[in-house]
Amino acid sequence: MLIQPFTTHYLSEHYGDDAYRTLAGYESRGGFKGLRAALQREPEEVIELVKSSGLRGRGGAGFNTGLKWSFMPKGDERTKVLVCNGDESEPGSFKDRLIMERGAFQILEGLLIAAWATGSQKSFISIRGVYKYPIECVRAAVNEMYARGYLGRDIFGEPGFHHDVVVHSGAGAYICGEETGLLESLEGKKGQPRKKPPFPAQHGAFGLPTTVNNIETFAHVPFILSRGVDWFRGFGTDKSPGTTLFGVSGHVERPGLFELPLGTPLGAIIEQAGGVRGGRALKAVIPGGMSMPVLTPSDLDVPMAEEFLSERGTHLGTGGVMVMDDTTCMVRAACVVSYFFRDESCGQCTQCREGTGWIHKLCQRIEAGRGRPGDLTLLENVPGMMEGQTICAFADAAAWPIKGLLRHFRHEFEQHIHDQCCPFPESFEL
Amino acid sequence: MKPETRKKIQDLFQHYPQRRGALLPAIYLVQEELGHVSPQSARELAELFEIEPVAVWEVLTFYNMFYTEPQGRHHVYVCTNLPCSLRGARTLLRGIEDHLGVSCGQTTSDGRVTLGHEECLGSCGTAPMMRVDGQYHENLDLDRALKIVDDLD
Repeated sequence: MLIQPFTTHYLSEHYGDDAYRTLAGYESRGGFKGLRAALQREPEEVIELVKSSGLRGRGGAGFNTGLKWSFMPKGDERTKVLVCNGDESEPGSFKDRLIMERGAFQILEGLLIAAWATGSQKSFISIRGVYKYPIECVRAAVNEMYARGYLGRDIFGEPGFHHDVVVHSGAGAYICGEETGLLESLEGKKGQPRKKPPFPAQHGAFGLPTTVNNIETFAHVPFILSRGVDWFRGFGTDKSPGTTLFGVSGHVERPGLFELPLGTPLGAIIEQAGGVRGGRALKAVIPGGMSMPVLTPSDLDVPMAEEFLSERGTHLGTGGVMVMDDTTCMVRAACVVSYFFRDESCGQCTQCREGTGWIHKLCQRIEAGRGRPGDLTLLENVPGMMEGQTICAFADAAAWPIKGLLRHFRHEFEQHIHDQCCPFPESFEL
Repeated sequence: MKPETRKKIQDLFQHYPQRRGALLPAIYLVQEELGHVSPQSARELAELFEIEPVAVWEVLTFYNMFYTEPQGRHHVYVCTNLPCSLRGARTLLRGIEDHLGVSCGQTTSDGRVTLGHEECLGSCGTAPMMRVDGQYHENLDLDRALKIVDDLD
């Protein structure tokens, strides 16, 4: 179990400290200063402040958090709802788990700041079902907040500031990380994403106005309120301020989490993780969780922020950095990636349901030495038929990594088909 | 299902703006009592939630963590997604298969262990790993994994 990231900044500074997991310990280490500062301001002002901080959602899409909050309708009589997305399932991502285990009160404080700003009365923290221990940690924090009078009615001395929190356990479906899939799951249904519009701010959980933010996003918010926008903008880049918890996995000496400013060069992050294991050469890096197209050693200089990664044809995603050394067979990697997306497609849209199956079948056939001459053309065409054609972004997420692998490692696919076998005997077992 | 389970489910209703929101937690409660959700339990749930049985069944079969068939006393799931595979997860899974004499997805003949693999469990920094019932075991090698499996009752 990870207790603390290998490098820390403001977010994870106290994660190694068990006292930080108790309400009293959290408060004595600066906890709830952000919320108290927020309560001194009008809700509108808080939204403007978070907007101007440039905080971008840490769940993968990188949308401006304050702007998202501003979409919540004003003067609407309906109960407004916040949903905290703890469905972390993107392969290569394991940061939200640590925040839930070691910084649950940060999440709750961020949630209450959002509740004040948007006038929300109810929150659901939806956490993936396998995260049994993180669920226990968040539940314990919520219970302590109720016992202390920090949740419920007229909280923090503000008459009329009411907020209730329900911790909801998911049941194992990657698609519930998609915000409308998550809302369906909250409503006790299959997690099949909804068509937009209507957007969640108009018609979200149970038909109520809803804002969905990621766990880490909420956890950053208190610091913006307590220490100010200028301070927050002192970390990261102009377009992507703040730090994030980069998760480094795969073929490195020291895999784990590293809290670093956004914009830290990819190579520096891998160095923090001890470099490629066994002194081997680097072959490929997936920079932001498995849905994101792969990069090569020539990209080690890229600053890890969305605006720079998109120039290289990939994205920051959730900051899950997967490192592959020179033994790795990229067709095997494609088999694992495509199996996952085939398995997790919710089956709603034909392009995705069928396309993910085709891609996986092709990858497997090529890896097994049974690839046919036309297979590569097909493998290039299928992703194109899926992208942008479906209700949600899952099909894009399934298409991108395959397109990325073909862009940089087409020769390996060709070699498999030509030799009718896998030319990488030392690669990881499939 | 037992009256206590039914009562616990009814207590869940108040937390959701609509009763149906409590369906996922309710299914967990049934599984806690019975190990899996049979067609009979699904019908009882449908009655309790005032929805069609098929509406319960489609939810049951959509999510990986719900079981419609009897399971072994323990679940052993090895994560085989890319970060774990890069660090030897599939070799580990083969080793456990050989040791238990079952293939992934099967239950040992004594009903002790159901072996499976799962997609990313959010343990990429501590790979390879496995989930045994509710608990994570991380940074595994085969010897340690087999010891954990052998210690299950």
